[in-house]
Amino acid sequence: MAGLVLLVLASGSVFAQDSANLYPQDPLWLVAVKAFLVVFGLLTAFAYMTLVERRLLARFQVRLGPNRVGPWGLLQPLADAIKSILKEDIIPTRADRLVFVLAPIISITFALVGFGLIPFGPPGSFFGGQPWVINLDVGILYLFAVSEMAVYGIFLAGWASNSKYSLLGSLRSSAALISYELALGMSLLTPVLVVGSLNLRQIVDWQDTNGWLILFAPIAFGVYAITSLAEAARTPFDLPEAEQELVGGYNTEYASIKWALFQMAEYVHLITASALIPTLFLGGWRMPAPFPDIPYVWMFLKIAFFLFVFIWIRATWFRLRYDQLMRFGWGVLLPVALLWFLVSALAKALGASNAALIWLSLAGIAVIVAILVIRGIQVRNAAPKAKGVRA
Amino acid sequence: MAPISEYINVLVYLAVALAIGVLAVVVGAVLGPKRPSRAKLMAYESGNDPAGEVKRFPVHFYAVAMLFIIFDVEVAFLWPYAVSAGGLGLTGFYVLLIFTVLLFVGFLYEWFKGVMKWH
Repeated sequence: MAGLVLLVLASGSVFAQDSANLYPQDPLWLVAVKAFLVVFGLLTAFAYMTLVERRLLARFQVRLGPNRVGPWGLLQPLADAIKSILKEDIIPTRADRLVFVLAPIISITFALVGFGLIPFGPPGSFFGGQPWVINLDVGILYLFAVSEMAVYGIFLAGWASNSKYSLLGSLRSSAALISYELALGMSLLTPVLVVGSLNLRQIVDWQDTNGWLILFAPIAFGVYAITSLAEAARTPFDLPEAEQELVGGYNTEYASIKWALFQMAEYVHLITASALIPTLFLGGWRMPAPFPDIPYVWMFLKIAFFLFVFIWIRATWFRLRYDQLMRFGWGVLLPVALLWFLVSALAKALGASNAALIWLSLAGIAVIVAILVIRGIQVRNAAPKAKGVRA
Repeated sequence: MAPISEYINVLVYLAVALAIGVLAVVVGAVLGPKRPSRAKLMAYESGNDPAGEVKRFPVHFYAVAMLFIIFDVEVAFLWPYAVSAGGLGLTGFYVLLIFTVLLFVGFLYEWFKGVMKWH
């Protein structure tokens, strides 16, 4: 065992030396420290995210939100954490004990490991180290694989609980997750096509020289933003946590810290999503000319912006029914993302310049808007009839 | 190409994340009170006695899972094209188009067969 560890340490330092410039690498101990920092940062962010969300939801509804525990409610997350740790940890009699314990661990592990490859600055901007934990050439595929592991956590939880409600809730959630995972993959093909790399760092650098990818792939951006809402099980698609339906979903049987781990995983997915949208489509930590490139700061601001938008959506929108959810994912998002990928691929094959791609995007947006307007007019014309039937 | 040691970093990261999950579960199990009772450990079914084992579910979910596998394989074939699209030119695009249209015909069949309808 110790020999294996030594081997890993040695190979790490050997490889770090031979690839000096393009892939600057940190020593293994620094990677471990950074992994630890990112994980703890995410857990703290999750805790305060719950507070910010409750406060903001309250503001949207013209009330105050939690403000009793500590100044402005700042100790509320701590109180919640202590409470959930000190609660009785229940494993139902009929549950599959091993899988029941394993499922929340799987959920939280694979939620946490997605965040590490998001670049927060140029190489060497983390006190001389790298501002990311891992920097893979297959970055997007890695993200894809890791976020698909969320399905395992959810499904295993529902299955191991051995309860009707849990099983049905987990099936619904995992079916919705895999459906939107597909649209997510299709929508990410377009930026990869435009940039020609799967490495997140290279995608961010490309956006610095050529302009934000949202200009080149606005429809992919739209599909990706919608699917990442579904991936994090947020409002229009939040069937997993539908308190009013199916008594709550896959985590019905869970109590104490295990239940909290599922919530944690969900919020970490949300934070990762709101970090990935700016990384892939909005220039990451870089900003265009009049603003200076400040590592970390822009990225944190963009993450905060998208978190705010997600909370806003939660406060204002209704939930989709399960069948509507599936039909929207398969019938609208998937074909639109695929079609847009084909159009961009044709443009790329014909050797279109970047400017041509931007014009193409504008045309694409015009088509979408036209379809929506026509559909709106149809719905509006159809509406009085439906009212007449009721009256 | 990224050096192999990047993947060792992935393992390190994975180990740290796993440790956090395990730690949370262990701490929760140690610190919480343990007063089990028969009623408390029963599966939740709105106060009724839970009836029978449940390991059966609607076939709809199988269909969705199979479709997911098919289209995820499609996406897996599209990634290499997306990365190297610049060098493949129009011929590459035609091949991509044939492949996609073939699968999209399958998608249309599935759609009009009503897999996504839910009664």
